[in-house]
Amino acid sequence: MLARPNWLGDREWLGDVWKWLDARLGLSYVQQIAKKKDVPVHRHTIWYYLGGMTLFLFMLQVATGVLLLFYYRPSAEEAYESIQFLMAEVEFGWLVRSIHAWAANLMILTVFIHLFSVLLLKAYRSPREITWLSGVALLGLSITFGFTGYLLPWNELAYFATRVGTEIIGVVPFVGSFFLSVLRGGTDVSGATLTRFYAIHVALLPAAAAIFLGLHLFLVQKHGMSIPDSAEGGDGKGRAMPFFPNFLLRDLIGWLSVFAIIAALAAFFPAELGVKADPFQPAPVGIKPEWYFMFMFQSLKYLPPHILFMEGEVVGVFAFGLAGVLLLLVPFLDRRSIRGERERLFIWLGIAAIAFIIVLTILGYTANPTQ
Amino acid sequence: MRFGFKGAPLLGLSLILVWSQTAVAQSEQDSCSTCHRVLPDERLSAPAEQFSDDIHATKGFICIACHGGDATIVGPAAMDPAKGYIGAPQRQQVPALCGRCHSNAQFMRRFNPALRVDQVVEFETSVHGQRLLSDGDPNVATCTDCHTAHSIKPVSDPRSSVHPLRVPATCGGCHADAERMARYDIPTDQLDLYQTSIHWETISEGGDLSAPTCNDCHGNHGAAPPGLSWVGNVCAQCHSMMAELFSESRHSRVFALLGNPGCATCHRNHDIHPASDEMLGLGEGAVCANCHSADDQGGQTAGALRMAIDSLRTTTEEAHSILLRAENSGMEVSQALFALNGAQDALVKARATIHSFDVEQVNAEVGAGLEIVTEVRSRGEQALSDLRLRRVWLAVSVVIIVALIVGLVMKIREMEHGGGRI
Repeated sequence: MLARPNWLGDREWLGDVWKWLDARLGLSYVQQIAKKKDVPVHRHTIWYYLGGMTLFLFMLQVATGVLLLFYYRPSAEEAYESIQFLMAEVEFGWLVRSIHAWAANLMILTVFIHLFSVLLLKAYRSPREITWLSGVALLGLSITFGFTGYLLPWNELAYFATRVGTEIIGVVPFVGSFFLSVLRGGTDVSGATLTRFYAIHVALLPAAAAIFLGLHLFLVQKHGMSIPDSAEGGDGKGRAMPFFPNFLLRDLIGWLSVFAIIAALAAFFPAELGVKADPFQPAPVGIKPEWYFMFMFQSLKYLPPHILFMEGEVVGVFAFGLAGVLLLLVPFLDRRSIRGERERLFIWLGIAAIAFIIVLTILGYTANPTQ
Repeated sequence: MRFGFKGAPLLGLSLILVWSQTAVAQSEQDSCSTCHRVLPDERLSAPAEQFSDDIHATKGFICIACHGGDATIVGPAAMDPAKGYIGAPQRQQVPALCGRCHSNAQFMRRFNPALRVDQVVEFETSVHGQRLLSDGDPNVATCTDCHTAHSIKPVSDPRSSVHPLRVPATCGGCHADAERMARYDIPTDQLDLYQTSIHWETISEGGDLSAPTCNDCHGNHGAAPPGLSWVGNVCAQCHSMMAELFSESRHSRVFALLGNPGCATCHRNHDIHPASDEMLGLGEGAVCANCHSADDQGGQTAGALRMAIDSLRTTTEEAHSILLRAENSGMEVSQALFALNGAQDALVKARATIHSFDVEQVNAEVGAGLEIVTEVRSRGEQALSDLRLRRVWLAVSVVIIVALIVGLVMKIREMEHGGGRI
């Protein structure tokens, strides 16, 4: 194991301030935990950085999101204009919004990579089932953040993409139309939908994310990092590095690199605003959802109009719903891994899912939109 | 109607066949249509076929409304002159025949209260009417030539021969016929010229049926629209601002003295093309140069007007180009682009004000536009300057971040090499 530097060892280095805070906050206890926390070192260690990177991007989202709230006005009449004002008139408004938009996309990307790395390395095995469940919930929350946030600028693309996206909920038999009208606040996407999405985006989802994130981090802290069987030292007696400061400093390098990438993307490709939504206009040609919905959108297009006695689209929606449930239940379905035996099926299923998502996403951007 | 000897047995056979077939099934009220529809001679059956969706048929009129006779009788006895049967009316008779109903306000209000009832009176004042009714010239148009005899449709019906999209072809049916027009010594290129015009393009491609076609300038039934002494003045019906400025200008009086047509002197009549800035001044394609030269005051005014318009147009284009450059680079300039519409509006007004031929008036409009352009341009330049600044700051930020990363890497190495590995 790497030698532990004495960064946290001398509480005298902050003198009386440390003592004062320690007496009230119990910092020594935290310090003891931090001292003990190690990160396994093996050929798959790199995947451990994805969770921290996602957390960094989430914090970036919270910070820029709060700044956006200072100017954003959630109504069909003012939303677009408030963003226009922010982008054109507010000092660094363009930067805050562009960072918010780019960090959102990168966060969803890192969440996906994090999830699949955990799946393929079987880090969901006992006793980390609840860590996995909270992680899948956080993926769902991230996607919902993206879906609700996309409508908020109230531009043409967002409006029609939301109309198409919410229509999918409406195809669910019996309850679909009810949920559709609850989500939209009416029969169609309107100002009522905007205020609902706004409330969900800035209040409900952050509250839910805080709960699940807190649980997720607590469980990661409690159980430590999972070591894959295939990794060197899978018996838990392999090499390790201290979390403070060795792993955290490496994390910082990743965060700074991502921050530089986001800054470059914001400077060269600022978030676009487009044309204000006009519900009375026809939908623009070739309208597409956000990239992380593309594989589902494209899959639905390939389905025949009818499968057995059901509409093809309904079958597709059910299939994705079922896939989501199966993903959630992976720790309980992978019974051989529970018994400590080697199980390759779920790894191959994970690889197939990754290939499916990548191929369908590429097809979504390259295939003829009429097919 | 005359039939040859050879056709008589066939006709007789047909009539017997028709009567026997229709004796039970026929409508008691309309024996004409019932019989004529099944006659083998197309000249006799086609009118009955066509009339089925004629506006008059849909309002409940039958053949006898125009042709007379008794439709309750089956067979030739229905066509008894004693019962008012007139057969096919003579061309000179047609206006009066149509006018029996269409000039009767009380009668017409039962069917279409909005329809005017002075068509026949107007027709009588037109060249067509005068030649037909006074000179007895049977070659000029009567009602049925434009409206057809048996398939008359409302003007709003695209199948109508007088629908705006079909009026040029209807008029051109005679007026583009060189042989037919030879005796009147009038040109026959109006249809071809009109179909190159902006007005026809607006109707046929733009779908704007309010754009003028033949009858909007030349009148429907009369010689010119009511209240207009001369067909050239029709332009003012739509282009009122230009017409008002022109009427108060020196050119209006001079053109009147010279006997020049007002608008058509510069814009032509049938082949009216979109007005362009090139028409102004003394350069190539400039209509001012037809009368003026650089040496006369009019030529100098034309040059000054062109310069004023050009200055606003080019500066507006430059500002637009700057804004587009900024927008394509991801800058938010939509408000500035919207504000530039004010300069475009000023340019449109300045171009209209040209018809006053007054440099001061035009400069006032151009000045208002230039003021907007200056403000908008500075916003575009500011956006481009911000863009450059963003990239400089990005470079600075990246350098700082890279330096931090290098520092962290060095710290980790120092830390781990110092401590060694266990």
